[in-house]
Amino acid sequence: MPLYNARVQVSLRPSVLDPAGEATRAAAGRLGVEGVTRLRIGKAIEVDLEAPDRATAEARLELLSDRLLANPVIEDWSLEVVEAG
Amino acid sequence: MTIGIVVFPGSNCDRDVRWALEGCLGQPTRFLWHEERDLSGLDAVVLPGGFSYGDYLRCGAIARFAPVLEELRGYAERGGPVLGICNGFQVLTELGLLPGALTRNRGLHFLCEPTALEVRPGGCRWLQGYDEGERIVLPIAHGEGRYQVDPTQLQQLEQEGCVVLRYSANPNGSMGDVAGLTNPQGNVLGLMPHPERACDPATGGLDGRRLLAALMG
Repeated sequence: MPLYNARVQVSLRPSVLDPAGEATRAAAGRLGVEGVTRLRIGKAIEVDLEAPDRATAEARLELLSDRLLANPVIEDWSLEVVEAG
Repeated sequence: MTIGIVVFPGSNCDRDVRWALEGCLGQPTRFLWHEERDLSGLDAVVLPGGFSYGDYLRCGAIARFAPVLEELRGYAERGGPVLGICNGFQVLTELGLLPGALTRNRGLHFLCEPTALEVRPGGCRWLQGYDEGERIVLPIAHGEGRYQVDPTQLQQLEQEGCVVLRYSANPNGSMGDVAGLTNPQGNVLGLMPHPERACDPATGGLDGRRLLAALMG
């Protein structure tokens, strides 16, 4: 069965305050890195999944992202899928 | 009557809740391990505070799939009284029994302090021992208690009388100063403050006692 490598990017929705991102942005200034106007912290989740075809793999990953990996009340997610060589 | 207390790997207020119910109020309890499915004979169920499954992924995200919670959903929908304290409140939102989500405190600090609250019991079964507009003090102990919900949904929650507990001086940036929420039926209550830590004068006030005693008649 084909193996797919997926990367799910979970980000806080734009309307949700990200105090950890703000604190990190302030630290960037103290490091001496200038010009950082926005810094938001999300997470990237790597998933390997076996499925008969790409459409099935994507459908399963979408369900996984929407119902478990992200909470749609506060987070958005996006998905990249590649067939493992 | 017997009150069930759910125990997840990482729960740490389960024994506090048992002490408050049994030691302070003389109320029998039964621990429910997260893999159990038998809720028979329980007159209410409490989801205690702590860090269920290490708070991995998000607070309450993994707990939501525990076998005991699959049963709890039906129990709550049939009108069974359910109380979620702190991590238990986070679990109730992940489970969809209450709307919204609890996110990182505005100031990033873990807050552990007595907090002034205003109670609007409305139809919430857990709060019938309090007067409308009564001010009480309960301890909070959380890093992720900032309530977040769609603004139109918050308006609806306010209109339906679901916002039953509010911070008098918002410590964490919660939208609408929300400290506790009930469902429209009034049988489910989720709150960030810890009523079980305010049931004995030796450990900080008695304001939580009436909440935990609510169902004893």
